[in-house]
Amino acid sequence: MSVKKADKILLTGGEVLDLSSGNRESIDIVILNGKIDKTGAIEQSSFQGTVHDISGNIIIPGLMDMHVHLREPGREDKETIATGCAAAMAGGFTAVACMPNTTPAIDTQEVVRFIKKKAEDELVDVYPVAAITKGRKGKEITEMAELVREGAVAFSDDGSPLMDTSIMRHAMEYASMVNTPIIDHCEDSYLAHAGHMNEGLMSTKLGIVGIPNAAEAVQIARDIELVRLTGSRVHIAHMSIKEGVELVRRAKEAGLPVTCEVTPHHLLFTEADLQHYDTHLKMNPPLRTAEDVAALEQGIKDGVVDVFASDHAPHTLEDKNVEFDAAPFGILGLETILGVILQQLVNRGVLSLEAALAKMIIRPREILHIPVPQIKEGEPANLSIFNPNKTFVYDASRSKSKSRNAPYDGMELPGVVWGVVNKGLLLTT
Amino acid sequence: MICQKDLSMDQKIKATIIDTEGLERTLTRLAHEIIERNAGASNLAIIGIRTRGATLAERLVKKIETIEKKQVPYGVLDITLYRDDFRMRLKQPAVRATDIPFNIDEMDVILVDDVLYTGRTSRAALDALMDIGRPSSIQMAVLVDRGHRELPIQPDYVGKAIPTSIGEEVRVLLQENDDKDCVLLVEEPKEVV
Amino acid sequence: MALSSSHLLGLEGVPASDIIKILDTAESLKPILDRPIPKVPTLRGITVVNLFFEPSTRTRISFELAEKRLSADTVNFSSTTSSVKKGETLRDTVRNIEAMKINMIVVRHSAAGVPYFLTRCTDATVINAGDGQHEHPTQALLDMMTLREKWGTLAGKKIAIIGDVKHSRVAGSNIRGLVTMGAKVVVCGPKTLMPPGIEELGATVSYNIDEAIAWADALNVLRIQLERQEAGLFPSIREYHAEFGITRDRLERAKKEIIIMHPGPINRGIELDSDVADSDASIILNQVTNGVAVRMAVLVLLSGMDSASD
Repeated sequence: MSVKKADKILLTGGEVLDLSSGNRESIDIVILNGKIDKTGAIEQSSFQGTVHDISGNIIIPGLMDMHVHLREPGREDKETIATGCAAAMAGGFTAVACMPNTTPAIDTQEVVRFIKKKAEDELVDVYPVAAITKGRKGKEITEMAELVREGAVAFSDDGSPLMDTSIMRHAMEYASMVNTPIIDHCEDSYLAHAGHMNEGLMSTKLGIVGIPNAAEAVQIARDIELVRLTGSRVHIAHMSIKEGVELVRRAKEAGLPVTCEVTPHHLLFTEADLQHYDTHLKMNPPLRTAEDVAALEQGIKDGVVDVFASDHAPHTLEDKNVEFDAAPFGILGLETILGVILQQLVNRGVLSLEAALAKMIIRPREILHIPVPQIKEGEPANLSIFNPNKTFVYDASRSKSKSRNAPYDGMELPGVVWGVVNKGLLLTT
Repeated sequence: MICQKDLSMDQKIKATIIDTEGLERTLTRLAHEIIERNAGASNLAIIGIRTRGATLAERLVKKIETIEKKQVPYGVLDITLYRDDFRMRLKQPAVRATDIPFNIDEMDVILVDDVLYTGRTSRAALDALMDIGRPSSIQMAVLVDRGHRELPIQPDYVGKAIPTSIGEEVRVLLQENDDKDCVLLVEEPKEVV
Repeated sequence: MALSSSHLLGLEGVPASDIIKILDTAESLKPILDRPIPKVPTLRGITVVNLFFEPSTRTRISFELAEKRLSADTVNFSSTTSSVKKGETLRDTVRNIEAMKINMIVVRHSAAGVPYFLTRCTDATVINAGDGQHEHPTQALLDMMTLREKWGTLAGKKIAIIGDVKHSRVAGSNIRGLVTMGAKVVVCGPKTLMPPGIEELGATVSYNIDEAIAWADALNVLRIQLERQEAGLFPSIREYHAEFGITRDRLERAKKEIIIMHPGPINRGIELDSDVADSDASIILNQVTNGVAVRMAVLVLLSGMDSASD
C-alpha cells in the first residue's frame, strides 16, 4: 500500500458506476491537485502526469463506514486513528464515523479536536461521533451544541445502552435542537445481563448465558416511541433481529425519522457458527439465528435497512485468546465489509450492486448531514475504485489494522480494491 | 479335526502340539502333581488368568475336587491394569473385573495360565495377587511352556514344554472358549502396528 | 483408540459405544476400591493436574482418589481467580503447567467452553470436571452407572431431572447421555429455571412435579442455588419447596418405587427432604462411590491415547 499526492493523475480504462441507474460508463478521469479536472475520453499521449490503467475496475464516490471503533485515545494497543484509517483505505473507504467509547470518551470538545487533529493528514475523512451522556454513563447529557460546532456528526453511547428512558428523551430533544441524529445502541441491559451470545438453542447447548432478541427489540420499540414524542432523528445501530426489521418498517411507514444499519457479520454468520466457542465470533449484538438473517435480508430488499456498517471493533489477541465469557465483544470489519456485502447480497441477488453501494456511500452521509461526493468536473476527487469480479483471500495476519480479531481469516471474498482517492491523496493497494 | 477357519487368514498351522485326548490327560496329570506337591488340597486356591488360564483353572478345580472330594476355592484374575505395555498398545485391551471371592491370605495359590512365554504376564499376575492379599505361597501351573523368557520366572507345573521360534505362536483352543480342545503351533501373524 | 475422542469435554456427540465402554470399565474397576490395598499400577508415571478454578470439594476429591487408585502422580491447582479478574490469563496458566511436563488435565471452570479452549492451548489430555452451565460429563456417567447397576439397562427407563435445569451442567450432561443410551428424560422445575430449546436435546419439559413423579422411574434432584432467589428466579425457598420439593408425601402418592438421586451437596428440606434422601429408595451414596470408579475408568481409557507419555 502506498499513498501519493494526487496532484496530476489520469485514471484510464475504468467504468464509472451511476448509483441511481446502475449504468456503467467508460470514463477517463484527470485529477489535478485533488480535484476532478476533466472527465470523458482523454488522449493519453497529450497527458503530462501519472497514468493509471484501471481496466476492469469500477469507480464510485468514496465509500463511508459510519460505525467504526478507532480506539484512540485510550487503547492505542488495539488500534490508532492511523491504523484504523489504513484498514479503511484497504477496505476501499474514504470516510468513517468513529464511535465515542474511547478513554476518555468523546464527550468534550477537546477529544473531538484531538481526533480531528490526528486525522488531519489522513486520506480518510474521520467524523467523530460524540457521546450522548458524559463519560457514556447514562446520567447527564453532553455539551451537544459545542460538540457539533467542533465537528461531531452524531451522538451515541454505543456499547453502553442508555437505560434511563427519561434521559434518552431529553437527549433526543436536545440533539434534535442541534439538528444532529442519535445513533442508538439498542439493548436492555437488564435483559442482556451477563449474556455473551444469542439466547436460544445454541446458548443452551453451549451453556453460555444468552441475550434474547427481546433485549434489543424492547429498546428499539422504546426509542421509536421517543422519536414519536420528540421528533428527533434516530439511527438504529447494528440491528440484528427480525423484530427490529418490523419495528423500523412500521416506524418508517408512520413517517418517523428512524433509520437503521446492518453489519456484514449479522448477514454472514449465525449463532450455529459458535459451536467451537470462537471468540472471534463474539460481538454485541450477538450472532442471531437463520430466521433473523432472513428477516434482515428481507428488510434490505424492502428498503427498511438504510446502511451497511462494519462495527469494526479491534481487540488484541491477548484480549480475545481467553475463555469465551471473558472475551470482549467485537470483531474487525473494515477490510472485509465490501467483500461480504458483495458476496451475501449482490452475488446472491438480494440487491443490485448500485443499491448495495448506495447504502455505503449515499445513505450514511445523508443521515449524518455530510455532502455526498460527486464524480463531476470541478468537484474534489473522493473516489473508491475496485474490481467487483475479482476475488481475494483475506489474510488477517496481514491486516492493516493493529488487531487481528477477524472471523473472515482465510475466506475468499469478491471485490478487490484497486485504490482510493481523497483529500488530494491517492492510495493504491 | 482342526480347520483353517478357526484361525485368522494369514496364520498357518504348523503342528498339533496336544490333541483333545492329550489335553485331558495332561490336565489330569497336573491335578495330581499339584495335590502331591501340596500334600492334599486343604490349603489350596486355584486362580486362573483371564481368559484361557481361567478356563483351565476351572477344569483343574473340578479334577482336584473329584480326586480329593472337597471344595477348592476358585478365582479369576484380570491383569490388564498391571500390564507393563498397557499404554503402549494401540488397541487397548478391555479392562474386566478380577473375581476372587475369598481371602487369599495364608493360602497356597496355584496361578494358572495357558502359555508361558516372556514371563511378563506372570509378573503382572504376581503383582496383582500381592495387591489382593498375602498368600503363604504362589505356585505356577501352565499348559505350555514355549521358552524365550524375558524375566526370571519358572513354572512349577508344566503340561508340555516345547521349544519354539520367535516367528511362531502357540494357540490354545478350549471347548468353553473355542468349541474344541487342542493346542496348535501356528505361524505368527504379521505384527499389526 | 480406546474411546472415539482423545478428551472428555462433554457427552454431546459421544456415541453409546463409548458410554458403554466407560461404564463397563468402571464396573470392572469398582471392586478395587474394596481391596485391602485399593491401588493398581496402571497409570504409574502419568501426571495428572487437577485444575480447579471454582470451589469444589467432592468432585476434586473424587478425581484425586481415582488418580491415586491408579497410581498416577497428581498435582492440585486451585484458584478462584479467572482472567476476568485480571492477572495471568488462563492460556498462560495452562501453558506454564504443561511446560512442567504433565499428561492429563482435569479442569473445572465457571466459564463454559474452557475444557475445549484448553485443548487448543495444550497437548495434554483434557477431562471436563464441570464448565459453567455447560457440561459435567463424569457426573452424568456416574449417575448412569448407578442407575444401570440398579436396573441392568438404561434403555426405555424414565428419568425426571428436577429443579434448576437452566444453570445445571449436571442436567446438561445427563440429558445428552441418557438420551444417547435410549432412556426417556423429563425435566421439571420452575419456568424461570428452564433453558430455551432444551427439548431439542431430547428432553420433555414439565412444570408439574406430581406429574413428573407419577411418570418417572427415577428422580435426579438438582441442587437449588440460593442466589437464584436473589436474582428473582423464584419467589422464596418456602414456595420452591411447596411446588417442587421432593417429599415423602409426594412420593407415596405415586404408589410405586422411585429411585432418588442427587448430585450433592443436598439442601435438606429445600429440594429434597431428609427422610427421602436417607430412605432405601435413595442411591445418593452409591453415586458417590461410583464417582470414583467412573473417573478411574475415564482416566484409564483416555490414558491409552496419550502418545506423549510413552
